[in-house]
Amino acid sequence: MAARRKSAKSNTSGDELLQYYRDMLLIRRFEEKAGQLYGMGLIGGFCHLYIGQEAVVVGLEAAADEGDKRVTSYRDHGHMLACGMDPKGVMAELTGREGGYSLGKGGSMHMFSKERHFYGGHGIVGAQVPIGAGLAFADKYLGNDRVTFTYFGDGAANQGQVYETYNMAMLWALPVIFVIENNKYAMGTSVQRATKSPSLWERGASFGIPGEEVDGMDVLAVKAAGEKAVAHCRAGKGPYILEVMTYRYRGHSMSDPAKYRTREEVQKIREERDAIEHVRDLLLTGKHATEDELKAIDKEIKGIVNDSADFARESPEPSLDELWTHVYAAEVPQEA
Amino acid sequence: MATEILMPALSPTMEEGTLAKWLVKEGDEITAGQIIAEIETDKATMEFEAVDEGTLGKILIDEGTEGVKVNTPIAVLVEEGEDADAAAASAREADKADAGNEEAPEPEQAERAAEAPAAARDKYRPPEPDRKPDWPEGTTTRSQTVREALRDAMAEEMRRADNVFVMGEEVAEYQGAYKITQGLLDEFGARRVIDTPITEHGFAGIGVGAAFGGLRPIVEFMTFNFAMQAIDQIINSAAKTLYMSGGQMGCPIVFRGPNGAAARVAAQHSQCYAAWYGHIPGLKVVMPYTAADAKGLLKSAIRDPNPVIFLENEILYGRSFEVPELDDFTVPIGKARIARKGDDLTIVTFGIGMTYALEAAEKLAEDGIEAEVIDLRTIRPMDTDAILASVRKTNRLITVEEGFPQSSVGNYITSVVMEQAFDWLDAPVINLCGKDVPMPYAANLEKLALVTTAEVVEAARKVTYK
Ligand SMILES: Cc1ncc(C[n+]2csc(CCOP(=O)(O)OP(=O)(O)O)c2C)c(N)n1
Ligand SMILES: [Mg+2]
Repeated sequence: MAARRKSAKSNTSGDELLQYYRDMLLIRRFEEKAGQLYGMGLIGGFCHLYIGQEAVVVGLEAAADEGDKRVTSYRDHGHMLACGMDPKGVMAELTGREGGYSLGKGGSMHMFSKERHFYGGHGIVGAQVPIGAGLAFADKYLGNDRVTFTYFGDGAANQGQVYETYNMAMLWALPVIFVIENNKYAMGTSVQRATKSPSLWERGASFGIPGEEVDGMDVLAVKAAGEKAVAHCRAGKGPYILEVMTYRYRGHSMSDPAKYRTREEVQKIREERDAIEHVRDLLLTGKHATEDELKAIDKEIKGIVNDSADFARESPEPSLDELWTHVYAAEVPQEA
Repeated sequence: MATEILMPALSPTMEEGTLAKWLVKEGDEITAGQIIAEIETDKATMEFEAVDEGTLGKILIDEGTEGVKVNTPIAVLVEEGEDADAAAASAREADKADAGNEEAPEPEQAERAAEAPAAARDKYRPPEPDRKPDWPEGTTTRSQTVREALRDAMAEEMRRADNVFVMGEEVAEYQGAYKITQGLLDEFGARRVIDTPITEHGFAGIGVGAAFGGLRPIVEFMTFNFAMQAIDQIINSAAKTLYMSGGQMGCPIVFRGPNGAAARVAAQHSQCYAAWYGHIPGLKVVMPYTAADAKGLLKSAIRDPNPVIFLENEILYGRSFEVPELDDFTVPIGKARIARKGDDLTIVTFGIGMTYALEAAEKLAEDGIEAEVIDLRTIRPMDTDAILASVRKTNRLITVEEGFPQSSVGNYITSVVMEQAFDWLDAPVINLCGKDVPMPYAANLEKLALVTTAEVVEAARKVTYK
């Protein structure tokens, strides 16, 4: 997937659009499948779906280069798929199996891939923010030309450690992009009930960090903003904030009675603002693809997702000895 | 192909629920994501969305039905031209076959579950303490303060590896609030000796991220009292990530600074965190007493691939001890030191507790009672073999620490000795701790709140019945 991202940039916009369509659809179908497996009791505990927000991570990954890092919250399945992690390994982690990225020991909220530069998967709201700045600190210290995408929610934006991090990130000019995924709600609390700030990205101004609001339902707008932020960081100008306006269609996690918003509110956004439908329209009206070609992609994605679900059911539970492994490291590989 | 729609689990604990309402009827076209029913759990009424598309062929569970078990088929989706009843029957057959397959491996799993913990924690083997001396016989030593020893340890490790750096409040230009980082800025520059704003939670998290990113941070807390602002990053991010990532990513980092009561700084600045951090799997916790241990253990901590909590003590910073003159002197983490040999009772302690234990041992010796004093040096992983071997010899044990009594380090040592050396004990174990009160400011009360040498002497007499 990494390789295709590079080529996507130089290719025609039709190919690009098809790629975004495919990537977003993979996330949506994957999440629907995860919801289904949860309903069957194959996935346990908390499981936070990304449905509705697909354009955010797909747009930003399109702006990233190989070696750039990313870190996010517990709502992490989409980020992992978009950065090229294997759907099978992700789904098997959701089912708590040996074939999962963390051997079944992390679960939905705690997954990592050093190979794909994905640093979690963090269950404590806001904790990933200084960690993201720390990854950027390491890159700057080592003289790497890398950028870290640090994703967090509108709710997390009210955590104190976010502002501690803004302060140091700007003080030390760290190459970190703070991506606020503003999906309007933190569990059942709307942004308006959590803060009087008119916008979240503007809070960076107190620290001298530039930023902007981005339409998170438009993958091309997200990509363009991402490219601008990446250029800013890579030029050594320090952090950048993107407040990406998005929407989650499903409940906060699986057990969400959804009494804090109306069915109509959700339905309206699904019908009028859906990011995947948007790209679908662009593809069809721009004659970049036919209905049949898109159907074929749908089918192919369904196949990938079904394979991941089969793998996640068939992969055995971790061996009982795994209870005692990885508490302490004997040696940790130290390459950056 | 027909697809059964199953009663979903809508929360981590749901086993059954009420099918409150169908929002679709037989024959309706259904799209993926469409809300098709309302389901009541013990906690809430929730909407249930279809995952697949098709025609609702048959409703198998009527609305209003209570106690519908999770995974019971509640309806059947059919494709064009399919017969709903036949499809329902065949879907159920296929399902039964599936269920049979999944149950098969269970008995074997249960057997292994019973074995695993026993095998992993073999409790009743005889102790085998490591008795190698910390440095070779004949090595020359020189007198050094704990402060200088800590500084030298950091400087040596920073010379050794470029990815080691120090960050914290006042560590660079001010030369350290307690002058532990004196001279480091001059030698290593601002890239590697970094003054932070007063922002413990933030810089602890940045340290963790830097460790994930390939560096070896030394994070200084001005004192560990302030690390409570950062304890989430230390425990949830630093200590648990190796496990949660299935071994992919660890966090090699040292959190260090003064811990425990200083002098006359009262409740918010006088607390021992040994038991707090000692509780956490994934952390290593070190608390040296001598300058040699401070140096050797800090060097080991910086090289360790795990997060290490390094608890120093302000009162000990200025004390001098003999430190070996070796090019690369390290002390292994997890090894206790017998500071004084004796046959009559064992005193286990660490950090500044050593002061009281050694003073008491001298007093006891005047009366012919010979105490063996064990300096634990590492709280986690704990050298229980050294303790058990000594208790098997002396048959009596007291523990000394400055922390609060409930859930203390001494409590844990007592449980280990009870479980593994009960038959060797000739007296109940006594845990001496700080008093169960916040630290008072008044000089006389502060003295009373701390452990005293007199208390150690008294406890020793109690367990030896002398
Ligand atoms: C420190 C902390 N407090 C509370 C929680 C419980 N919690 C989990 S997610 C969440 C809401 C966060 O909302 P937001 O940051 O907007 O992210 P979203 O879920 O919308 O992606 C809360 C309160 C937590 N995990 N960690
Ligand atoms: Mg939110």
